[in-house]
Amino acid sequence: MLKTYTYPKFPYRQSEEQKTGRPTPHAAVVVGAGPIGLTMALDLAARGLSVVVLDDNDTVSIGSRAVCYAKRPLEIWNRLGVAAPMVERGISWKVGKVFFRNDLAYSFDLLPEPHHQMPAMINLQQYYLEEALVGAAMRHDLVELRWKHKLLSLTQDEQGAQLTVETPDGIFRMQTDWVIACDGANSDTRRLLGAEFTGQFFQDRFLIADVVMQADFPTERWFWFDPPFHPNQSVLLHKQADNVWRIDFQLGWDADPEEEKKPERVIPRIQAMLGEKAKFELEWVSVYQFACRRMKDFRVGRVLFAGDAAHQVSPFGARGANTGVQDVDNLAWKLALVHADRAPVALLDSYHEERAFAADDNLLNSTRSTDFITPKSKGSRRFRDAVLELAKTETFARPLVNSGRLSTPTPYLDSSLNTPDAAPFKGRMSPGTPCADAPVLQSGAPAWLLPQLGEGFTLLCFGEQGITSVAAGDVQARVLRVGTEIIDAQGVLTERYDGQPGTCYLIRPDQHVAARWRRFDRALVESALRRCLALH
Amino acid sequence: MPLIHTPNIADPDGFYEELISAQRDLSDEQAELMNAKLILVLANQVGDRATLTEALALARPKS
Repeated sequence: MLKTYTYPKFPYRQSEEQKTGRPTPHAAVVVGAGPIGLTMALDLAARGLSVVVLDDNDTVSIGSRAVCYAKRPLEIWNRLGVAAPMVERGISWKVGKVFFRNDLAYSFDLLPEPHHQMPAMINLQQYYLEEALVGAAMRHDLVELRWKHKLLSLTQDEQGAQLTVETPDGIFRMQTDWVIACDGANSDTRRLLGAEFTGQFFQDRFLIADVVMQADFPTERWFWFDPPFHPNQSVLLHKQADNVWRIDFQLGWDADPEEEKKPERVIPRIQAMLGEKAKFELEWVSVYQFACRRMKDFRVGRVLFAGDAAHQVSPFGARGANTGVQDVDNLAWKLALVHADRAPVALLDSYHEERAFAADDNLLNSTRSTDFITPKSKGSRRFRDAVLELAKTETFARPLVNSGRLSTPTPYLDSSLNTPDAAPFKGRMSPGTPCADAPVLQSGAPAWLLPQLGEGFTLLCFGEQGITSVAAGDVQARVLRVGTEIIDAQGVLTERYDGQPGTCYLIRPDQHVAARWRRFDRALVESALRRCLALH
Repeated sequence: MPLIHTPNIADPDGFYEELISAQRDLSDEQAELMNAKLILVLANQVGDRATLTEALALARPKS
């Protein structure tokens, strides 16, 4: 197996502190060097914190695992300077087809909105994604990657956390102000803290096969309900880079995971699907079951949980890695400000508030998809089949077909960090919403809005005004003027933000809208900035 | 009032979830009776005879 990819082996090195037995105090330790942990390290480092990443392994993700990456995570990786190789290597797609038994039920086009720098969705093997992130982390002076480091125990007090870590050279202690647990659904950190992780387990099993083949299938997402080659179950086909195709077979609860993984079981399933003559090779095979659950609190003192360690969803809708990267986006700026004593610790509680809200939205969507794909009673199966039959001719039934609702960001509409609107606005940019990108001109050259927002707070002002930067404590919001620093040549920016002359937006370091006004008022902007820093 | 063929249900995912949840823990027979009642309730809401005839023809298996 594995014909297209050679796994890198990252060097284990004994740290100075283990060698000497004298712990070096660290600002932040990230547990887990997967997509979320590596992004966390890069984002904290971008904000000036030095970070140590611990991983009990020494390579990237085995097998392709996560496949689809959505626009918002790509924008976050772009902010961190790592998106370009992902987008270049990834496969962009926008058409999905849904089949029911022998027939096409309907097809859809994601119809990505024009005028965004990042595509709506790319497909890329997780190992390529991690390789790009590891490369960037290795190049960053503030990130230290420690492979073959396993967390054994963790204690914490008001001052920080003490970690016991095992390496090939034995056991040693580490001392850190903050721990960010990004160690996945089976998080050791969560287990060590005895934190609750509850929800719904689904009694179903799925076979994932990554197959290398030269095939004529278009670059589309194909989903079958009850196809003749795999009766009573669902099948998904999706393209990745290097002619690797992801095929996902629903197996049912009674399937034996060990038996089903064997090539002599997998190959006939794929032949039934592609035809006897199809030429393909297996790259990676795995059988999984899944749960929809989350932690009660994403913050346990000085330990913060992100990604699958904090919440786990079904794979339908590509909501796992995508939402984890948005956890990082939300947490990094808050932790950096709290660590620098520029914001109170209370700001960290908004991390749980906002991201648990997003996790619940993801859990709801992925549970609904699961209930459609795997009906739990005769009655619900009948409704499902009725929807699929009607969808062939009736457009009204198509919104009811649910083969996964693809990941989009959950706006933090009710967040305690928002300042509500005092005047009416058109469009989608309500407080708590991630900023929509737009094409602009900067120094006469084509550019994009999001990269202009920078690392800190920004006051985006439409029209000529004599506004200077605004501050709360020692946190400043830099002014970005539309019409001078950036030019809205195409009018898209003004339309997306309903940017009538005089309009100002206060934008958070994670590119979310905190507040907006129809005219600049220094006292109101300062008050909104204080609110967004939990400085009450 | 012609039959509506285009999407007209607000919050389709939420509606579908509510529909399925409404039958949780019912026996097959109870669920079938509930479906029959639901059709009659909705038919009464539609009222228009020509529309109902069109809907019946659409739902019936084509042979």
